[in-house]
Amino acid sequence: MTDLLKSYRFREERQSDWKRLDLILTRAENGGVKSLTDEQMLALPRLYRQAVSSLSVARSISLDQNVISYLESLCTRAYFFVYGARTTLGERMMQFLRRDWPAAVSQSVWTTLLAAFFFFGGWALAFFLCLQDMEWFWTFHGQNFFDGRNPDATVEYLRSTIYTDERTTGDGELTAFSSFLFNNNAQIALFAFALGFAFGIPTAWLLVYNGVMIGSLYAVFWDKGLGYEFTGWLMIHGVTELFAIVLAGAAGFAIGGAVAFPGGRTRLASARAAGQKAATMAMGCVLMLIIAALLEGFGRQLINSDTVRYAVAGGTLVVWLVYFYVPRKAPDA
Amino acid sequence: MTATPPSRPVNTGRRPGISMEAAVQRRARLAEEMRVAKMVRRLVTPEGAAIRLKLASASERAGAFMIDIAIQWAIVIATLLGLNFVIGALSPGSANLAFAFWLVFFFFVRNFYYIFFEIGQRAATPGKRILGLRVASRDGGRLTANSVLARNFIREIEIGLPFQFALMGGDQFGAWMALFGLLWSGVFLLFPIFNRDKMRVGDLIAGTWVIKAPRAKLMDDITSTAARPDNSLRFAFTPAQTEAYGIHELHVLEDVLRQSTPEIKAQVATRIRAKINWVRTEGETDLLFLEAYYAALRRRLEQRILLGERKSDKFDVR
Repeated sequence: MTDLLKSYRFREERQSDWKRLDLILTRAENGGVKSLTDEQMLALPRLYRQAVSSLSVARSISLDQNVISYLESLCTRAYFFVYGARTTLGERMMQFLRRDWPAAVSQSVWTTLLAAFFFFGGWALAFFLCLQDMEWFWTFHGQNFFDGRNPDATVEYLRSTIYTDERTTGDGELTAFSSFLFNNNAQIALFAFALGFAFGIPTAWLLVYNGVMIGSLYAVFWDKGLGYEFTGWLMIHGVTELFAIVLAGAAGFAIGGAVAFPGGRTRLASARAAGQKAATMAMGCVLMLIIAALLEGFGRQLINSDTVRYAVAGGTLVVWLVYFYVPRKAPDA
Repeated sequence: MTATPPSRPVNTGRRPGISMEAAVQRRARLAEEMRVAKMVRRLVTPEGAAIRLKLASASERAGAFMIDIAIQWAIVIATLLGLNFVIGALSPGSANLAFAFWLVFFFFVRNFYYIFFEIGQRAATPGKRILGLRVASRDGGRLTANSVLARNFIREIEIGLPFQFALMGGDQFGAWMALFGLLWSGVFLLFPIFNRDKMRVGDLIAGTWVIKAPRAKLMDDITSTAARPDNSLRFAFTPAQTEAYGIHELHVLEDVLRQSTPEIKAQVATRIRAKINWVRTEGETDLLFLEAYYAALRRRLEQRILLGERKSDKFDVR
């Protein structure tokens, strides 16, 4: 009985390679691919294949639990490393900006139109209801909202909220306010995306609700003959901001549609395909809302001319439309 | 990749000569094995080898999430305190600016903490790393950045929504609405408990799942000490003695040898000696006896495996 067990000999012959693979993986997981030497990179595929074949042999000949669980863990780690994504964060961001984001948006025209319908439908509903009877404003907003920008305010007061007066407001206050608005809007956008899972119904409600809020406020200014000025005040950043909200709603509808009507695919596969695209759009919305907050916090306070405000609004609209919808040449692979 | 738990043929029939108590214990053990096997998914690599992935349980997921939440709050509060300190040193007008900065920072910590870590090489947040979990694509392919975005943006309705409803209150009507909303959004929160793959809604949308990826250590083979010539001469077990136990008992013995206290080893050694009628020789320690018996038993069982017989436990008489 002096001879060794077969399974022990099997392990003795291979364990130095297993340990080498373990070392390479630990280095790669801690420091990324760049921390590996060329020699290690070359050895990795061979060591990986060897570990995988060791695992299947060990399962059939060895009863050493420790060896098998070690090999299982080693192979799992190696598999995810060998077949995992090797791109850096920078490359992923570039790919997102250059291809993924505009592609996701331009492929979702119908859901975007649907989201726009709900949002602007809510807007128009509130606007016309309020013009008919200003009592509606109080129904929508409750008693104390928008720091006095309500139907009882004077024209002069409303005008003063549209243009920045150097003496009344401190610089920091505006920055704080616009960052608060960004926080709020971005959270609403992500909510609109996530709520899409409930077949898109809460997303639709969220869009209508936000449309009503803005539409009723719009009616107040319109009623006082400040429609032109208010549009400039709103649209300088609103083009970007409202576009982002609509796109977030579209992302939600894409998910809801995929879950409710999977078509030929299984519900899981359909949800997955839509989810990837919709998540790209939601990420883009966050970026758009950052830009909107910058336009709001700085652009709107510094620019007090209606014409320039309209020019900025039109300019951003053109930029977004071109960026999203103009077909581009497929990148050479 | 096919996502089916590997079926393991188990023999649950009662054998003659098994006591009632032993039969109950055995059945409980087999049920536990079945439960564990249900959490295993086979991943066939492009090389054609099968890797068994163990899904993380709902409680492990919740534990990892608690750790992550604690870390997030620690970051947010530490930043708030730090900013407070800086503001004290600077002019009073900078308070608004600092608050603006903190708000945006809060948003990014809330929403991008998970994304930042899961996009990395380990595909796991610190909480998941501590518990040895990672995110993986359900089809065995690579985990894309879009999947990571999708699974984490969805968290808003799983955690944020129930939380908001729970904080909502007001008059009687409002309270009923809040209760209804809580029940409705609770479906999203408890989603992982109600499906086989322990997916949360975010996993479902993103096409991912969370698996166990613990770091195992390769320990010395126990049979290496038993193979020394003096030991193998002293412990010459008869074939009948090595037939006394099966694979399950071998694995239990391995656990005993690797991690238990000397007292437990002594008890186990006494029981095995009684079972196989082994007379203690002079100078024989419990540890040496157990190692030698482990080696002999494993040799016997591995030989039988090569012949195509898996003796699953001591009741498995063939």
